Amino acid sequence: MTHLDSVKYMAGAEVAGSTPVVMSSPELRAEVRNLSFWYGKTQALNGINLPVADKQITAMIGPSGCGKSTLLRCFNRMHDLYPGNRYGGEIRLYPEDRNLIAMEPGLVRLRIGMVFQKPNPFPKSIFENVAAGLRVRGIGDKRVLNERVEQALRGAALWDEVKGRLHESAYGLSGGQQQRLCIARALAPQPDILLLDEPTSALDPIATARIEDLLVELRRTITTVIVTHNMQQAARISDFTAYMHMGKLVEYNGTNAIFTNPKDKLTSDYITGRFG
Amino acid sequence: MTDIAPLVSHGAADPVFGGTTAQFLRRRALWNRLAGYVLALAALASVLVTVGIVYVLISESAAFFRQVSLFDFLTDTEWTPMFENAHFGVMTLVSATLTVAGIALAVAIPAGLGLAIYLSEYAGSGVRETVKPFLELLEGVPTVVYGFFALLLVTPMLQSFMPELSGFNMLAPGLVMGIMILPYTASVSEDAMRSVPMGLREAGYALGYSRFRVALQVVVPAALSGITAAFILGMSRAVGETMVVAIAAGQNPNYGFNPMEGAATITAYIVQMAMGDLPHGSIAYQSVFAVGIVLFLITLLFNLVGFYLRRRFREEY
Repeated sequence: MTHLDSVKYMAGAEVAGSTPVVMSSPELRAEVRNLSFWYGKTQALNGINLPVADKQITAMIGPSGCGKSTLLRCFNRMHDLYPGNRYGGEIRLYPEDRNLIAMEPGLVRLRIGMVFQKPNPFPKSIFENVAAGLRVRGIGDKRVLNERVEQALRGAALWDEVKGRLHESAYGLSGGQQQRLCIARALAPQPDILLLDEPTSALDPIATARIEDLLVELRRTITTVIVTHNMQQAARISDFTAYMHMGKLVEYNGTNAIFTNPKDKLTSDYITGRFG
Repeated sequence: MTDIAPLVSHGAADPVFGGTTAQFLRRRALWNRLAGYVLALAALASVLVTVGIVYVLISESAAFFRQVSLFDFLTDTEWTPMFENAHFGVMTLVSATLTVAGIALAVAIPAGLGLAIYLSEYAGSGVRETVKPFLELLEGVPTVVYGFFALLLVTPMLQSFMPELSGFNMLAPGLVMGIMILPYTASVSEDAMRSVPMGLREAGYALGYSRFRVALQVVVPAALSGITAAFILGMSRAVGETMVVAIAAGQNPNYGFNPMEGAATITAYIVQMAMGDLPHGSIAYQSVFAVGIVLFLITLLFNLVGFYLRRRFREEY
């Protein structure tokens, strides 16, 4: 069974479940094929296969050190910033069917947005933070910038809070606002895929809830891959969930199915809290 | 100390404390207070020395300003303290000081920033570990060597294609001073850049930034407080630097900003006066303190600007 088939199959199973919103046959936006990764001599990922459904949220969960963040950072080639790292296998990007692992990393990052664990706005104004990704893509027209910055800030549910102080420093914002600013910054260039690396782990519960609401609002408009150590978060917001363990992908399925009827013992032990 | 027995009831004898617990506590409190006084005295000493220096500067200058009006001091463009008809236009010395320091910064800022960006963002650890000892070596060269370097090497070299350059000029010591403060400004800037968290750089790369763009748009702005501090302190150093200008810029007080001509800076004038034998209490003697206070104020101004900039651009990662 190819993975394309397995996705259709599982998405079909999902329809029979309790979330009818999910399309019966979501298109694939990307597909990880037999991906391995080494930090120097240490193998961190081992033959991963994972479909990424278009305009859906795919969550990656698993215990610390399972490789979920490593896998996420393969999508935008973040590992290429450090010497000694090595990939094997491929990540196909659809519809044009290109291999992200073989592309020039700078080009990959122009297509794939990322939000990090800790909010990391630039030491610039709120406006310039959001405009940063547009400027690097050669968009300098003031009218276009104003429009797209507003659009991205609205998309990140931050517009109403900052519209009066767009030209003040981003460091004046609270942690939760900073993280939504980082989401706006990643959204502004309209990336093919949005990567989120434990985006709420540095935030308080209220700020976390706002980010989760935001992600749910965005979920039919952009393809999202999120890493989270918080299983409830994965259950609340994602359409598909991948469970990883020791550098391998153990189980992938519709989120509902994973949490109600895990097939693998490792998965069920983890989600029932027996370890992790 | 050996094991302290558990505290027994208040006032009871306890052999470990060499007396009652209450006595032990009293003794300890006394020692603590004494140590506090001694440390406070050490802190006070530095304050007293500073106050003393400022007091001497002010009291001697006050005597000077009883004879020379502040207006003349600030607006006259001649500095001839030893002449029959003495003039005390401090701007003469200030103009030379600022010209030389300005040339030094014009060298140190671009070169220092470029070097710091290269070392922090481009160079591998091997290159960095090779280059940094050379920078430290450069920092250890005595300033008198730089002075001779400016006078005997740089000036003749410049004269070979700038024949109108005087033997004593401000250009050569300015350039040499720029090289002199370069290791300092570069290494302080580099430290500031390297302390920018990797997460901030990753945010830039994740947006598709190139290495150069990350350096210029992310790292430099984030490290701006440290970089500014580096250059303000470099400027302070250039303004207060003595040997290079005393040797290579000459001792003629000339008002003006022409780097092709020689001119005495504030520090060069102080050296010149200190080496001659001046009658104590004469106006020329007091003028040394008057220009000293000007130098002090200029440095203070730079430090205040530095503090202000640091506060304004302070970033929280």
